[in-house]
Amino acid sequence: MLDFGWMADHIDELAYRTIQHIWLAGIAVGIGFLISFALAVLAVRRRATYGPILAVSDILYTIPSLALFAALVSVTGITLLTVEIPLTMYTLVIFVRNIAAGFDNIPADVLEAANGLGFTGRQRLWRVEVPLAVPLIVAGLRLATVSTLALVTVTSILGDSFGGLGFFILEGYHRSFPTELYFGAVPSILLALAADLLLARLERRLTPWSRETVVADPTTLVRTSEI
Amino acid sequence: MNIVTQTATWLSDPIHWSGPNGIPVRLFEHVIISGVSLVIALVIALPIGLYIGHTGRHTNFAVNSANLWRALPSLAVIAIVLPLTTALDPQLGFKVYPTVLAMVVLAVPPILVNAYAGLAGVDRDILEAARGQGMSAPQILGRVELPLAVPVIATGIRSATIQVVATATLGAVFGFGGLGRYLVDGISQNDTGQIMGGVVLVAVLVVIAELLIALIQRALTPRGLLLATTTSAAQSSI
Repeated sequence: MLDFGWMADHIDELAYRTIQHIWLAGIAVGIGFLISFALAVLAVRRRATYGPILAVSDILYTIPSLALFAALVSVTGITLLTVEIPLTMYTLVIFVRNIAAGFDNIPADVLEAANGLGFTGRQRLWRVEVPLAVPLIVAGLRLATVSTLALVTVTSILGDSFGGLGFFILEGYHRSFPTELYFGAVPSILLALAADLLLARLERRLTPWSRETVVADPTTLVRTSEI
Repeated sequence: MNIVTQTATWLSDPIHWSGPNGIPVRLFEHVIISGVSLVIALVIALPIGLYIGHTGRHTNFAVNSANLWRALPSLAVIAIVLPLTTALDPQLGFKVYPTVLAMVVLAVPPILVNAYAGLAGVDRDILEAARGQGMSAPQILGRVELPLAVPVIATGIRSATIQVVATATLGAVFGFGGLGRYLVDGISQNDTGQIMGGVVLVAVLVVIAELLIALIQRALTPRGLLLATTTSAAQSSI
């Protein structure tokens, strides 16, 4: 059923598409993180903006990725922007929630102690709040990375110049050639799993003191501790 | 013509409301695909989540594997199952099963994790009190733990529903039906009205599904808990 000769002939292209896949996801996660960080700080500092910021990011999540890519083509054409705007938007939902929750979970005593020590707002943010929020921020990073890697495959509908490993999936389907279909599908799954495991390890390394499992989901963030 | 008028024109054209590619047919297909996927996911995830939440056993294994499931790209899952199902039965329209399978994979993690978290989050003192009153284990589960966990469990189901209804559109990339048809066809025909019409229909479906779940949740939540929702919601889901 599978044509291994064809696979061997296309190893170079596999490497190219894998790198493209990581690159397309990396841009979105990086930019999404920076925007979300600013939004989360704003949401926590100015309470009135908290609800609206979370509500808007929730609504974004209900738009099918396929639709967002398609709708943007009429505005930005088939360019890198059309790929990155939706990918970045979806990371916002996850990041804003987790980063805001990370800041929110800090006990008020700790913040008061920091104020009492004479920390300025900026000092308190960088030297107290950010370090304490790290576990939830990394949990968000893990989720955002994995879901962005999955979404990159969908960008293949925008044509040959994008899609990462999704390129093989779509081309394999159009040519009714299962070998090529698997050539894209299996590595894209492995890539997502590898990223998940790697970031899970980072998560554990950054919080060695905690036996707590942080379970995060874009629309539900449930913190659970083992009893 | 701007996007809004294009969308309105497309949606109000009677041609798009009849025939095998009409909105009623596609809407029905979409509801069936999402509904079947969610029911299967509930049947798998709810018992497992409730079991580990109730007993506290195998927690790490279940939560970690649920997290791992979530990492699977839906498009890749559909693609992997596709040649197998077409080989199994090219005639009988078996083709829609890959989408359902991918949607089950998508829906299981939030339902399972929240079912577990809902039960695990029930106050230990309340359970002690129930036991002290002589309630049996099944009674405690059915009359104390489950009702108290309804809000958290419902949040998981709600989140799964939103994701499934939105993502089921991906099946159309591989020639299946549902509302994704309008998105994929709209892209290939360069028809913005059709794309945005599809987006609106999916959004409407998501909102209806959310309302339905909210109603069921309200009916199942104990009255005392409804009064205290502000505090419990703040504690359980951020």
